[in-house]
Amino acid sequence: MRNPNLLGLVRNEVMKIGSKRRFAVVSIILVILVSMFTYAQYRQIEEQLEKQGTLDWRVELQQDIVDTQNRLASSSIQDEFRQFLEFDLKQNQYYLDNDINPNYPGAPTFIRIFFSQGLTLVLPLFIIVIMADIVSGEQNDGTIKTLLSRPVKRWKILLAKWLTVLLYTSVLMATTAIVCYAISGIVLGYDGWTAPILTGFQASPSGAFSTEFVHTLPMWEYLLMAVGLAWIVTAVVGTIALMVSVLVKNTATGIGIMMAVLISGTLLSSLGSSWTSSKYLVNVNFNLISYLDGQAPPIEGMTLAFSLAVLACWTIGALIVAFWNFTQKDIY
Amino acid sequence: MEPTVKLESVSKVIGKKTIIDNISFEIQPGEVFGFLGPNGAGKTTTIRMLVGLIKPTSGKITICGHDVRKQFVKAMEHIGSIVENPELYKYLTGRENLEVFARMLPDVDAARIQEVIDLVDLTARVDDQVRTYSLGMRQRLGIAQALLGRPDVLILDEPTNGLDPMGIRDLRLFIRKLVEETNLSVLVSSHILSEIELLADRVAIMSYGKIVQVGTVRELVDSLSPGVDWRVSDAFAAQKLLASSPDVQLAEVKDEHTVHTLMDIRKTGGLNRALLDSGIEVWTVERRVQTLEDLFIQLTGGDHIA
Repeated sequence: MRNPNLLGLVRNEVMKIGSKRRFAVVSIILVILVSMFTYAQYRQIEEQLEKQGTLDWRVELQQDIVDTQNRLASSSIQDEFRQFLEFDLKQNQYYLDNDINPNYPGAPTFIRIFFSQGLTLVLPLFIIVIMADIVSGEQNDGTIKTLLSRPVKRWKILLAKWLTVLLYTSVLMATTAIVCYAISGIVLGYDGWTAPILTGFQASPSGAFSTEFVHTLPMWEYLLMAVGLAWIVTAVVGTIALMVSVLVKNTATGIGIMMAVLISGTLLSSLGSSWTSSKYLVNVNFNLISYLDGQAPPIEGMTLAFSLAVLACWTIGALIVAFWNFTQKDIY
Repeated sequence: MEPTVKLESVSKVIGKKTIIDNISFEIQPGEVFGFLGPNGAGKTTTIRMLVGLIKPTSGKITICGHDVRKQFVKAMEHIGSIVENPELYKYLTGRENLEVFARMLPDVDAARIQEVIDLVDLTARVDDQVRTYSLGMRQRLGIAQALLGRPDVLILDEPTNGLDPMGIRDLRLFIRKLVEETNLSVLVSSHILSEIELLADRVAIMSYGKIVQVGTVRELVDSLSPGVDWRVSDAFAAQKLLASSPDVQLAEVKDEHTVHTLMDIRKTGGLNRALLDSGIEVWTVERRVQTLEDLFIQLTGGDHIA
């Protein structure tokens, strides 16, 4: 291939990010986090053995159901939380009725829970740490001047940077899954890839709950879908971070903006359905795995297809702004 | 011969402010072109327009016959540049930096990379991180980066910033040798006159976004009104009187007994009498050696220069 080509440009970006050792830092944080969660799991199992004298999941699930019922009986809980508990109760009951263990012990289940919990905050945070200075860092260092006076069109340079964002998103997903599997397996065991898991519960904020479309999937298939959805969310966050990096010269400011986007998203989602048009905001649509889990979406009318469409629109918008600005602006 | 760099009535307006005001010049192959002006005169802005970092509001810039706006890639293939400081990736090694930029150029292989490393004499440290380099070494790596693609035009913006006198001398000899061997054009900007005087074949002087004069160093110096220094009893009174005369282009007080002027040497007799008539003693009248600095002060109206 004749130089300069896109592959070479992506290699350049990977080289720059690689030598900044951000990914190494992220990996270390990941290992520490996963180790802590694994240890917590381990303690939980110990405790359960002590209390119930058995590890039978049916006993545990029954206990869970009774606990939830007791909490529902109390009058002091909020409506939204009550609904959440009711769905949880119905789901658990369904699992029990069909004799399927929702938390089949093993590393794959750990991966499932980690991705579903880390989707809206931890994974996007990691991609922001790796990517936030991909353009603004070059502005800070002044290297943008050398970069943009080479015989390569500006849009190609930004395209290479975006592809690098997508590449690192993929690497991040793979690393997360591998780290989760390797570490949690020490305590939980490494099997469970084919354990059945239920998906297709339909819940809505108005209180409807349906098991009409419920079907079982082997764990590995479910995980593939969950990681795929996590990839989409992380890639969207990475793309928005790229746009912010183009627009904001200061990397710290850029990270601040992205953090605000993430945190306000989780806050808005948990505040619930009063402000219905907030469902068009990108950061309210990050929790894609909840559709797979069958949890009620924060706002009526949100479905997986809806969320994907909203994310797609915001991504395209971010790319247009980033590319337009990057190719047009004067560099001082 | 076709000029390698050609600017035709180029202007840059930001908001209502004209940063670059209708400038035109050409650089020939094998020529070292000096770009001189006080800080803020528009040298760096002009250079950034040359390498496509800033779009001119009007006018046309061509590099080896290629329009920088319309044929950006073709034009940039002929240019190697250091804009302001040598802006390199500090967290990469010298060689990795060169590899990064080589992948952005057509036909630069590992052998060529080694060639430029040898050329700038950086072999010993090229595999160390750039953050550990001295400013002089960064400067040399910057030049290596600029030369990678065998350019026809080399642009060095304030290349001597931060170099010690030996480094400046080495750089000068290096550029001279390079021009003799490869016949490339070099554009060097500086706010330090002595550098440009020694290095450049031709000089353009910029002030407030305009090119006020272009010519060879010799031509420019010859065009000067001679400098005359007056040693007098009261320099401040003498300066007032001298400045009011139409024969004097510039009169400035250097110390309490000295006034420096730019004027026709033949008019000193009349002015001498006028000074004596107003009660100022004239001790000596001395013709000063002409330098580019005099011209510079004359043209830029005595702007501060380093």
